[in-house]
Amino acid sequence: MSYVWTIAEQSKGKLRDVSFELLSRGRKLADTMDTKLCSVLMGSHVSDETLQELIYRGADEVYFIEDPRLENFIVETYSKVLSDLIKQYKPHSVLAAATSSGRTLMPYVAIQVKTGLTADCTELDIEEGTNHLLQTRPAIGGNIMATIKTPDHRPQMATVRPKSSRSLPIDKARVGKIIRLQLKDELVDPRVKVVGFRKDAEEFVNIEEAEVVVSGGKGMKKQDNFVMLRDLAKHFDGVLGASRDAVDRGWLSYPHQVGLSGKTVSPKLYIAAGISGSIQHLAGIKTSEYIVAINQDPDANIFQLADFGIVGNLFEVLPKLNARLESYKKEGK
Amino acid sequence: MNIIIPIKQVPETSNVKMDKETGTMIRDGVVSVINPLDLYAIEAGIQLKEQFGGKVTVLTMGPQAATKALKEAIAMGCDEGILVSDRKFAGADTWATSYTLSEAIKHIGEYDLVLAGERATDGDTGQVGPGIAAWLDIPLATYVSKIDEVTSNNITVERLVEEGYQILELPLPALLTVVKEISNPRLPTLRGKKKARVSEVPIMSAADLQLDDARIGLKGSPTKVVKIGYPKVTRGGKIVTAVGEEGTNEAVEGLIKFLESKELI
Repeated sequence: MSYVWTIAEQSKGKLRDVSFELLSRGRKLADTMDTKLCSVLMGSHVSDETLQELIYRGADEVYFIEDPRLENFIVETYSKVLSDLIKQYKPHSVLAAATSSGRTLMPYVAIQVKTGLTADCTELDIEEGTNHLLQTRPAIGGNIMATIKTPDHRPQMATVRPKSSRSLPIDKARVGKIIRLQLKDELVDPRVKVVGFRKDAEEFVNIEEAEVVVSGGKGMKKQDNFVMLRDLAKHFDGVLGASRDAVDRGWLSYPHQVGLSGKTVSPKLYIAAGISGSIQHLAGIKTSEYIVAINQDPDANIFQLADFGIVGNLFEVLPKLNARLESYKKEGK
Repeated sequence: MNIIIPIKQVPETSNVKMDKETGTMIRDGVVSVINPLDLYAIEAGIQLKEQFGGKVTVLTMGPQAATKALKEAIAMGCDEGILVSDRKFAGADTWATSYTLSEAIKHIGEYDLVLAGERATDGDTGQVGPGIAAWLDIPLATYVSKIDEVTSNNITVERLVEEGYQILELPLPALLTVVKEISNPRLPTLRGKKKARVSEVPIMSAADLQLDDARIGLKGSPTKVVKIGYPKVTRGGKIVTAVGEEGTNEAVEGLIKFLESKELI
């Protein structure tokens, strides 16, 4: 029985959390088919201890392709390496995170190895009898859920939405094999060069992988008022998001934008303040676990999606909420 | 600089309302428009043409009715449109679509740059742009938010990634998929609309492109949809109204209890 593969991601030698989320998905699939789970990582300078964590969190085997030329993600080289491995080892399925690199790498590889790929899945399962990978994903702004399979091509490939599953805890009793592989020179594509990296002036946020996102919209009235949301986010170790309206007004930068023309998020908690909830915004938040909305307009669309909503004046509710969370933290109740 | 922009016609969703009973999208009377995220690619392409000269060609795969999307792009300032259309293309997944579009691009001939929207707002996969690059075996940059520099041989771009902006230098020809930050799409001009009206939009069929039938349409698609579900979107959560000092305190207290019960604090 061929293996289930997950593509781990690293940044400067540190594993990104999505690597572990994928392993918890892959573990379930591998167990269902009684096969092994293998995590594939490309990079440079990753310690044994770091690789071992992939085993502790679900992998049976780790393939690490190590080379300074793999330090940064470059799709041309990464895809050649992954395609080469797939042709050699013939896995049953390959899962990657629906991140900027996963969503670039996987479509490129799918063409190279001539197989199907399903984007941004939120559920994965194995079909009884056939062992086909059942890949379920939201489409049309989250208004339909489509289940897709790749019956006749191998491997079966999917990208998986970050935060749509929880990582398994570290289990030090788990044992597995770490296999370090050399990069073949002929797989290095020299055409594209990384010439720099730029961060936003303020702290750069990765809203897609945050546990808690606190977003503001037109109802926040002006940029200065986002201080209240910044404070609110701090209580949850969360990050700031924004509706398109707020970004177009220049109150927050584009990387904060949630919705169809921005980012799709699946946090544990999404708080929408002063956001009426356009179809486009709702499309970006539908897979959040809990949604809290605060808005003046009782008919705002956002309340249809809310697990808890407050109809009221933001500028009265937010200061009180922040003060109450402060006292809650001090007194524990 | 010759630029090719693959676009998609999608159902317009900006004015769509949600059905309060079923909690799903009301799709009656929905019109078709250019995928909103493709507008950023079109604008970026027109700006490059204005700066460096050359030609912008828009390309779409779809039914005859998709000519409307191509004409809209011409009205914005693109030079010509090409419709890739054939019954045989129906039911294509991203693999078959990117194959078909890449063959159409090869058929068009010389180009320096292919610009695409990051994804379409209906299928929402973001796989066709990278797929075309793979078929053409040209360098790819996704999530491009800014073009820093263009020389006769290279293009330097910034791509939005999780930790910031990665700056890449790619040799031309290359394919970029772009995000909203790259441009502010212009509206069609009167002159553009006139030009669009008289523009001929040639059609390329599977036979014109000499495509391999095993790689197109539903038959050529490795993925198959096995089930479509219409999830109930509304959650029916608890909604409280905060009126006055006391009402606000109560509402906040209610929220604290909610957060506590879900172990969010």
